[in-house]
Amino acid sequence: MPIADPVAQRATNDTAIAARKRAMALLARALTPEMAEPVGRLWPTCDARDLKPVESGLVMLRGRIGGDGAPFNVGEATVTRAVVELPTGERGYAHVLGRDAARARLAAIVDALWQKPEARADVEAAILAPVAARVAAEKAKTRAETAATRVDFFTLVRGEDGA
Amino acid sequence: MTALAFADPVFDSQAVFRRIMRAMAVPGTIFPCGEALAPPAPLAPAAAAALLTLADFETPLWIAPSFAAASGGAVAAYLTFHTGAPLAPSPQTAAFALIDLEADGLRLERFAQGSAEYPDRSTTVVAQGAALGEGSLWRLAGPGVAGEAELRAAPLPPDFLAQWAANRGGFPLGVDMILAAGTQLACLPRSVAISGETR
Repeated sequence: MPIADPVAQRATNDTAIAARKRAMALLARALTPEMAEPVGRLWPTCDARDLKPVESGLVMLRGRIGGDGAPFNVGEATVTRAVVELPTGERGYAHVLGRDAARARLAAIVDALWQKPEARADVEAAILAPVAARVAAEKAKTRAETAATRVDFFTLVRGEDGA
Repeated sequence: MTALAFADPVFDSQAVFRRIMRAMAVPGTIFPCGEALAPPAPLAPAAAAALLTLADFETPLWIAPSFAAASGGAVAAYLTFHTGAPLAPSPQTAAFALIDLEADGLRLERFAQGSAEYPDRSTTVVAQGAALGEGSLWRLAGPGVAGEAELRAAPLPPDFLAQWAANRGGFPLGVDMILAAGTQLACLPRSVAISGETR
């Protein structure tokens, strides 16, 4: 009788969760055309059904200053949430900043498609990879622009010698 | 396939909330509720409407064994998915409870009664029955009832009067009941006094 190894089981769950997190994080940043074009081309008849009406609302953003500051409420952000289900039973969820209902719904559809083993490779290649590349390029550009304004301070004399 | 809830969550749940508030204010009056809902069997539309409106992520929900066993846990999955409510491990810890009067019976003392400091922390029991407006006749009196009101409901247990007297005896502690059958609903708040058939 095979004995299930709980540690190995947890490890597979953790990798599966991390992969889904990565996909959903990218989908939250994906723009409508980046998803609409591949979905229309590769899965024109995916027949996703809204389980809950797409709705916009507010979420409280929390932050902390530095790595060890006390958490505080930064402010509220508008998000739009969508939950869809494919005829085959996969449930897709998406939360997207802003009030774009069509974009949130598309992101949820892509999340559901990503869960289908036979569609995952196509989703990765046609949607997630281009989005990841764009997001990385934008991040690098912001970093470069910020780096150009960097000022280094040198302390020549600190004055504690007194005199 | 997951069954759908309210088409317009904000306005539909507000309408149901208003109706439940009214039903609590005039105990024993039967109101229509949840006509547009098609919850998974054996959950009645009125019971579904009440729980979809009242339960949320802060209110532990206890689902009686008859519902948990039916159709592969579809009722529990439906309610937790649409409300976000956690499932309570026991009736004692539940803010809301869903029971079937026929299959589960009724034991009011099993549910959370609240505490002297927080009498509001008792369980609100959503009891699904076969019929409202038929069955045994109960006479209601108390706040919200002008003189005496009549309610017919089935199937309530034979010792219901004794159970309710005990429930009311602990006032301000005690559970409130929402009776649901099909697309009808009536409320029995803990303040109401019930007597059996007198004529």
